[in-house]
Amino acid sequence: MNSSKSWIKAYVPELSCTDQEFFDAMTLSGTKTEGYTQLDKNLDRIVVGQIKEIAPHPDADKLVICQVDIGTETIQIVTGANNMKEGDKVPVVLDGGKVAGGHDGGPLPEDGIKIKAGKLRGVPSAGMMCSIEELGSTKDYYPDAPEEGLYILPADTEVGADAVEVLGLHDTVFEFEVTSNRVDCYSILGIAREASATFRLPFEAPKVVVKEEADGNAADMIEVEIKDTDLCSNYCARVAKDIKIAPSPEWMQRRLSSVGIRPINNLVDITNYVMMEYGQPMHAYDMSTIAGNRIVVKRASDGDTFITLDGQERKLDSEVLMICDGEKEVGIAGIMGGENSMITDSVDTVLFEAATFNGPNIRKSAKRVGLRTDASGLFEKGLDPANALDAINRACQLVEELGCGKVVPGVVQVGLPIKTLKRFSLEADRINKLLGTDISKDEMVEILKREEVGYDEKADEVIIPSFRQDLNQMCDIAEEVARFSGYDKIPTTLPKNSATTGGISFKMRVEKKAREIAQFCGFSQGYTYSFESPKVFDKLLLPQDAPERAAIKISNPLGEDFSIMRTISLNGMLTSLATNYNRRNKDVRLYEMGNIYIPKSLPLVELPDERMQFTLGFYGEGDFFTMKGAVEEFLDSVNMLDKISYDPKAGKTFLHPGRQAAIVYGDTVIGYLGEVHPAVCDNYDIGTRVYIAVLDMPYVVENASFDTIYTGIAKFPAVTRDISMVVPKEVLAGDIEKMIRQRAGRKLESLELFDIYEGAQIKPGFKSMAYSLTFRDKEKTMEDEEINAAMKKILNGLQSMNIELRS
Amino acid sequence: MINEQLQKIREEALRQISESEGLERLNDIRVSFLGKKGELTSILKSMKDVSPQDRPKVGQMVNETRQAIEQVLDQTKKQLESAARDAKLRAEVIDVTLPAKKNKVGHNHPNTIALEEVERIFTGMGYEVVEGPEVEKDYYNFEALNIPADHPAKDEQDTFYINGDLLLRTQTSSTQVHEMEKGRIPIKMIAPGRVFRADEVDATHSPSFHQVEGLVIDKDITFADLKGTLAEFARQLFGPETKTKFRPHHFPFTEPSAEMDVSCFKCGGKGCRFCKGEGWIEILGCGMVHPHVLEMSGIDPNEYTGFAFGVGLERIALLKYEIDDMRLLYENDVRFLNQF
Repeated sequence: MNSSKSWIKAYVPELSCTDQEFFDAMTLSGTKTEGYTQLDKNLDRIVVGQIKEIAPHPDADKLVICQVDIGTETIQIVTGANNMKEGDKVPVVLDGGKVAGGHDGGPLPEDGIKIKAGKLRGVPSAGMMCSIEELGSTKDYYPDAPEEGLYILPADTEVGADAVEVLGLHDTVFEFEVTSNRVDCYSILGIAREASATFRLPFEAPKVVVKEEADGNAADMIEVEIKDTDLCSNYCARVAKDIKIAPSPEWMQRRLSSVGIRPINNLVDITNYVMMEYGQPMHAYDMSTIAGNRIVVKRASDGDTFITLDGQERKLDSEVLMICDGEKEVGIAGIMGGENSMITDSVDTVLFEAATFNGPNIRKSAKRVGLRTDASGLFEKGLDPANALDAINRACQLVEELGCGKVVPGVVQVGLPIKTLKRFSLEADRINKLLGTDISKDEMVEILKREEVGYDEKADEVIIPSFRQDLNQMCDIAEEVARFSGYDKIPTTLPKNSATTGGISFKMRVEKKAREIAQFCGFSQGYTYSFESPKVFDKLLLPQDAPERAAIKISNPLGEDFSIMRTISLNGMLTSLATNYNRRNKDVRLYEMGNIYIPKSLPLVELPDERMQFTLGFYGEGDFFTMKGAVEEFLDSVNMLDKISYDPKAGKTFLHPGRQAAIVYGDTVIGYLGEVHPAVCDNYDIGTRVYIAVLDMPYVVENASFDTIYTGIAKFPAVTRDISMVVPKEVLAGDIEKMIRQRAGRKLESLELFDIYEGAQIKPGFKSMAYSLTFRDKEKTMEDEEINAAMKKILNGLQSMNIELRS
Repeated sequence: MINEQLQKIREEALRQISESEGLERLNDIRVSFLGKKGELTSILKSMKDVSPQDRPKVGQMVNETRQAIEQVLDQTKKQLESAARDAKLRAEVIDVTLPAKKNKVGHNHPNTIALEEVERIFTGMGYEVVEGPEVEKDYYNFEALNIPADHPAKDEQDTFYINGDLLLRTQTSSTQVHEMEKGRIPIKMIAPGRVFRADEVDATHSPSFHQVEGLVIDKDITFADLKGTLAEFARQLFGPETKTKFRPHHFPFTEPSAEMDVSCFKCGGKGCRFCKGEGWIEILGCGMVHPHVLEMSGIDPNEYTGFAFGVGLERIALLKYEIDDMRLLYENDVRFLNQF
């Protein structure tokens, strides 16, 4: 929402502050100001000059030499313009002055353009005569400007006067960010009302009087019927005759251009002006096109088409509200009028419409029809029904004032009765209690009065003006009181009562531990998206019937690449590793802590299972066992390592078939790790081996613990025995270790693989392995016999696994 | 006679000691004079030839000689040892400016650093950290927050829908409702988490980002408490000199509502490139929980009041670390991550 300061001042005449003061004060009282543009920022030393004489330039065909009276003297200016004649009055920038832009209308330089006296092709020139572009505006906003050349001022302009003033450019345009609850502030009057309350200055609304000088009565000329009252609560119609289309007066053009609306003609400008002033969109129909002197407001039918006044054919459906006459559709309600009822220069009688349409319906219709206009933008916010009548009368007043036509007596108004004004108890004590303030009731009443909220002393009730649809209860009034007494005046305290302990949950502690361990192991944290492409499943070589393929679909995704909620965390990890790989980063280790989304059924009816996944991935230095080490560091830190085993038959298609393992806690698979299948690496354009591990955190959290019990430090010596063996290749170290631990008994303190070898000295199909076993008794020094007995059991066990001892 | 002999031995020993150049040689000297077969010992052995009345005197003289030699031996030994260590140390000089051998420790994501900061501050003030679902029911994301069907705010937020009833939450405020429904008052909680909005990816937008929601509900909670709490938060997050400014704003689920600016922590409020010359930076939205929101979750607004706030984690991370492109947060380039 834009507004020029001068337009606001029209209703708050005593407003007098700097632009920055206005900006700050409005923002602090709740009308957030995004910024402002001073139209005269780079306009300096520009006066009205009158061209006295035009003579050819001796050395240049395209230049002329002008003698220009600037009030105090006559100066010589050389110009390339050719649209002026002797006697014309033009803006003249004097030596040392500044203009905003070049004559080509390109982007305006930040600091404007300095103008100095000099010579053009050898002829002295003491300044420059200006085009509208050089003054920082465009022909759009000054329609009387020529296509090219100098801006010619009206003949009655005073020579020597400040041309910037004459052009209405000593003004500032503010850009306001209006919040969705303040529909009333999408109007200059609304902003002015806020300014008046903010600066505690009187507010003067326009005095609307319609003289109704035409004969007849509107009610005899037009009949209005609202068929779909759910979508149109109020419809006002007025008629004006003897319309004379002409440019609107300069003051109206200036105000419209200051808010970015291009002046067109008096009639169009009036409807736009009232829309800006009152925040009520209006429409004008050529009465001669309205068949049967009837207006009917009703829904369109599915499949209807309609040509809007921009000449475009629009597809309609049964939820789009239309304005119809006795025979046909003449406009899409609240969005745009039709080509068939458009005002032309030959118009004689005009039908004005100001109505209140259902906001959500207009919003949805505008979307479906594919046409969002200034009008629909306002309607969709839900307008005050009481505003329509004020606005249509204001428009009629302007028709009379501008000499645009004669207004027919009477208003045709159809619709729901305008509700009586809302009232509710002021509750000053509760307001203070909510705010933590000590503001007197008198002060509250005073503040409210300034923004036209009334107060009934007897009933102790506030009376809410109809345009403040956002004020419904005590807390709303509290905000009004707070913002006009100043948020900065409210004290700062801390809550007194609440004694709470706070803290993070056990789940978060476990996740935090995982993050810490990952970092200790060299993994940096990544974040990836929760949604991805369904193509991911093919990239990961998942079979057609893989459960991961049952993913939740987003009905309105940003595109296929973001269309399903991930059911597996690998794609994000592999994509991130690929990004690093392609950028030639060496030895990259990443982890992520993020959810996957497992639907309980599809289509989704209840919330999915959101499962936190701890995903690790790396390439470069390290191998499978490096990853296994990181996993075990974490599982050890949450006291789970003792019950962990690995099953090489993890069944993951995206992993190397011989280098993958399910991570098993007791009997439950809690995750997997492995080397990524080279075909998957190819799919991600990663030209090196990648290792990943995924832990399903809900299982981890369920079994994790931070409780540690101290066990005494052994006093008696340990005894170490080494076993060196030749093992069939397919026998798993895990199985050997499991057997050794079972047979060695509780006194086996540790078991360590210290050598593993396959190659020259070992027969094919076998591998050499060597373990170091450490025994210790907590109570006494161990006897040789006891250890020998344990070793014998172990050796028997090895034999039964077809393992030979090496001497 | 013995006297002369002893004198000679002593002189000879001292001469040899003074000429010795190493600990080994020193030991040889010790053995040759003081050892079992050493010269001094042999004199003691010849004591049998000395008259009994002279023996004590001679014994004493021998001992004196021994002590004198031992003393010089020890002294010289210490000197030699000290010299040897000095030489060793001189030989072991290193270039301390050579590169360090670091453990390759991983790095936290800037989002997580920001989150942990926020969590630290609020748990310190007695807040509980809670979580809510990311795929959410329309009711929790909108309706229970005073955003009924057809409310313009619903459109403004560009929601991703799964179907008519289920969506990807657009705000962590949904977690407020779950907490309120539990009916345990007082509530003092923050709810961090991932949220989603249908914004195309660019330098300042991401379809998924993170927020931290805060909620306090109890008897007699005031707007002044909201201001005090968030001012303290800002000081702890951005430094003790940080000033806060509250501007009126509108959110459907709070009334009165505000946006909080903090004095620019780069320039201290003087105005710089970073705060676009304004001296203030917008940080979060907040307000007093709307009575209708309390009511819908079964809390009596006549008995209880509360405040709520929501802050964007990415916003804090981008501001604090001067990251100029949000996409960096989701690319996971280690050259970026390793800076944190």
